[in-house]
Amino acid sequence: MDNQFLLSLIVGISVGGAAGYLGSLMLSRRMALVAGPLGHLTLPGIALALMYGFDVSLGAFPFVIFGIILIWLFEMRTKLPMEALTAVVFASGVAITFLFLPIEQAEAALVGDISRVRFAEAIISVVLAFLLFLVVKKIYSKIVLINISEELAQSEEINIKKYNLIYLGCIAIIVALGVKMVGGLLTAALVAIPASTARNLSRNLTQYGFGAMIIGGLSSSLGILTFKLTGFPAGPLIILASTLIFLISLILRK
Amino acid sequence: MKNGLILKVKDLNVLLNDQSIIESLSFEVKRGDALTILGPNGAGKSVLLKTLLGLIPHRGEIEWAKGVKIGFVPQRLPFIKDIPLSIKDFFNLKGSPEKETEAILNSVGFKEDFSRKKIGDLSSGQFQRVLIAWGLVGNPQVLLFDEPMTGVDISAEETIYNLLAKLKGEMDLTILLVTHDLSVVYKFSTDVICLNRQPICYGPPQEVLTPESLQRLYGGEVKYYQHKH
Repeated sequence: MDNQFLLSLIVGISVGGAAGYLGSLMLSRRMALVAGPLGHLTLPGIALALMYGFDVSLGAFPFVIFGIILIWLFEMRTKLPMEALTAVVFASGVAITFLFLPIEQAEAALVGDISRVRFAEAIISVVLAFLLFLVVKKIYSKIVLINISEELAQSEEINIKKYNLIYLGCIAIIVALGVKMVGGLLTAALVAIPASTARNLSRNLTQYGFGAMIIGGLSSSLGILTFKLTGFPAGPLIILASTLIFLISLILRK
Repeated sequence: MKNGLILKVKDLNVLLNDQSIIESLSFEVKRGDALTILGPNGAGKSVLLKTLLGLIPHRGEIEWAKGVKIGFVPQRLPFIKDIPLSIKDFFNLKGSPEKETEAILNSVGFKEDFSRKKIGDLSSGQFQRVLIAWGLVGNPQVLLFDEPMTGVDISAEETIYNLLAKLKGEMDLTILLVTHDLSVVYKFSTDVICLNRQPICYGPPQEVLTPESLQRLYGGEVKYYQHKH
């Protein structure tokens, strides 16, 4: 097994697992949709990173933060539905990217490329994914209660603004890490599909959260293994592996 | 605060989006009382409960007895079935230890191992009893209920009111309950507040619920009969 492949596999399992775990929080209240526009909005950042040769996640991160501020403004200042936001943000992200990104680099921006991940990038991704897991574990029950009912959470003296801010911060980090693996177009699937699969199979919160994490890690490893065998791009293969496990879960659903 | 009082509200006013929702409301609740807040939809009943919980800004005074613990049972939890949550998980969100969860579930009539059930699999009556049990975590002295009968079928309604009456007696609870159901008031409460943004009546139901006050509360003609126990 060559080192580059092993590196990709380790990053894939870590980021895929963390995305699945966080996704289990995002599935209720349709928050998983937010990852879509955020992913699309990172495209100009990814384009800059590819053109100037720095880490894709680093390029994506400021754009995710911009996206979160945008969502916050949309929610606070207008009553527009999330679909409208998706359309506006998606279109703008893609349009800006193709204004200046050479077409031969477009594939990496759109569907990711984990196969060329460098050692330092891999270490940073794994450490960030692990830290993200710890933070999400810490806020998990509070966010679940906020997702169930903000009033109920307030009556339990939970500081909703503080937890939502941490939660959005986690989403920003996972999107920035996710675009490296699956590109700007498919990030939402990285958080939404493993969580949907886990929801089909679980009867309690522990099975759901950790199930989504395991399924996320498993999908990434299957996708990267298939990439090694077939040579097709790893990003779409990760998402397709995830979809396949989801379809199996529909059959096994209790 | 005067002896025996658990809550004192004086000249309460609540504005939401520049609209007056509650105007000049004053009342007192004694320890062990069951106060019903009665009124039509949109009368400000739920807003009153949330204001009492400190969730909504207000003018006027709200004074709870020192160190009083309050449990809250909300009207609806529409998103709860989006998450695969067992009853035990739901209680864990409030930090309830497993033994306490089992004991409380037992007190509302559920047998052992019920806590493993998935919330999504419960009937509306069972879910309402679980919510009541959830409100009891941490041994509160006061329970606030927002329309506990919403979505519950008629046969389960009776069970839930009997349960509330039983718990009130056993646990020395003070209960504040929002409803638009007139029959509940006579069955259950020591006092009633009729609220339609402004207070319309306040006192023991047999004394203050007159055809005139009900007509002012609901507008139009109200079918009226008085319970005599």
